[in-house]
Amino acid sequence: MAVELDFAAVLSQWPLLLLGVAWTVGLTAISASLGVLLGIVCAWVASQGPRWLRPLVASYVELIRNTPFIVQLFFIFFGLPAAGVRLSPEWASVIAMVINLGAYSAEIVRAGIQATPKGHIEAAASLALSRMQSFIFVVLPPSLQRVWPALVSQIIIVMLGSAVCGQISTPELSFAGNLIQSRNFRAFESYIVITVLYLALSMGARLLLNRLGARVFPGAHRG
Amino acid sequence: MPADLTPAVPALTIAGLRKSFGSNEVLKGIDLTVAPGEVIAIIGKSGSGKSTLLRCVNGLETFQHGTLEVDGQALAQDNAAAMRALRQRVGMIFQSFNLFPHLTVGKNIMLAPGLVRKLPADVLLERARRLLERVGLAEKFDAYPDQLSGGQQQRVAIARALAMEPMMLLCDEITSALDPELVGEVLAVVEALAKEGMTLLMVTHEMNFARKVSDRVIFMHQGRVHEQGPPERLFADPQTAELRQFLSSLQ
Repeated sequence: MAVELDFAAVLSQWPLLLLGVAWTVGLTAISASLGVLLGIVCAWVASQGPRWLRPLVASYVELIRNTPFIVQLFFIFFGLPAAGVRLSPEWASVIAMVINLGAYSAEIVRAGIQATPKGHIEAAASLALSRMQSFIFVVLPPSLQRVWPALVSQIIIVMLGSAVCGQISTPELSFAGNLIQSRNFRAFESYIVITVLYLALSMGARLLLNRLGARVFPGAHRG
Repeated sequence: MPADLTPAVPALTIAGLRKSFGSNEVLKGIDLTVAPGEVIAIIGKSGSGKSTLLRCVNGLETFQHGTLEVDGQALAQDNAAAMRALRQRVGMIFQSFNLFPHLTVGKNIMLAPGLVRKLPADVLLERARRLLERVGLAEKFDAYPDQLSGGQQQRVAIARALAMEPMMLLCDEITSALDPELVGEVLAVVEALAKEGMTLLMVTHEMNFARKVSDRVIFMHQGRVHEQGPPERLFADPQTAELRQFLSSLQ
């Protein structure tokens, strides 16, 4: 039996697809910025922050890295209302993604920090920099530079993971695909289009983030 | 009272300093007074405690017993703010240069005076250019450390330390990581500093340089100042068997 493909039936729904792309990109942009920031703060705590905070951060990182993203999302969206915290699907999605990326990037950034030569920290100290100044201006930039490729990969994993957020009716890209195929029963074409769009988004994001890395860390070839 | 009538406060006074790593005592009671402008070369076998002593002076190592005063100010190991104040007065140059790899040469020099002294940008820029010129690297302002030779990196490290206008410089085997042909350019800069009156404490394996530049040579052995004196006498006429053995092992 020959398959008859009718992409027009899917593409005619372009406003929905566009909205989905916009939400996926938006969710990713926000969670990438805040998530990496959260990761940096956690990595700072883990490597030289107050000791009493370290077990807390370690527990958070372990909890998130050892549970499925969809469970984390459902906990925030369906679970928290029982505790009186009622969030819109969109807010729940953003928060879940930030928390998720925060935990993974904490580990990535911490690895970068650990690779800092001791001599650089001693040089900063001998130049009378405070520990915080030393961390922000001496330790962090080369650390981020070292782990930037790993961070980019993790951001893209989180972007692809955002497809799960459609399950709580955040109107992101996979939600749009589900909606379109449920209206016109063109599941095959719908998911082909969605797949191609995700592929384009991933490759575009990787390209963009690699360029950003090269710009923010001049001489990215340097060790 | 005019400044020239005040009795000179020693640049550095160390008394009864003891330092252990765990149960291993590496400094077993050091007494040392350094006059302002004095150039001191510290020599001795590896493991004799010379680098550790140097690192105690700016608080990179903590010590358990004794006192250490820089310019009359007692070192307060537990007080972070006091340690930062001290480190503004005591610069340090390392064996492995330790330039910040993500910053250009100019920014390496301007970072600390900008963050710690909060100097305005034009003053920073002027100072960095002047110091780079002084170490013979004026054209390297925008280069990254890994584009420089070891000798050039070490000269930048010296300029970076000088940018904080320290009263004393600690040099921890600053030519040991250099190819032989690059040692001279670094020592020339240090020698010029010595002539200008900078107080220098240097751990070195360059005996000819120590002989030529220092006012006093300190021979350390097993965590103690074993013998000290002016270089002419110390090298020509060592009094202890240990120093004689050390000097002959270098031949």
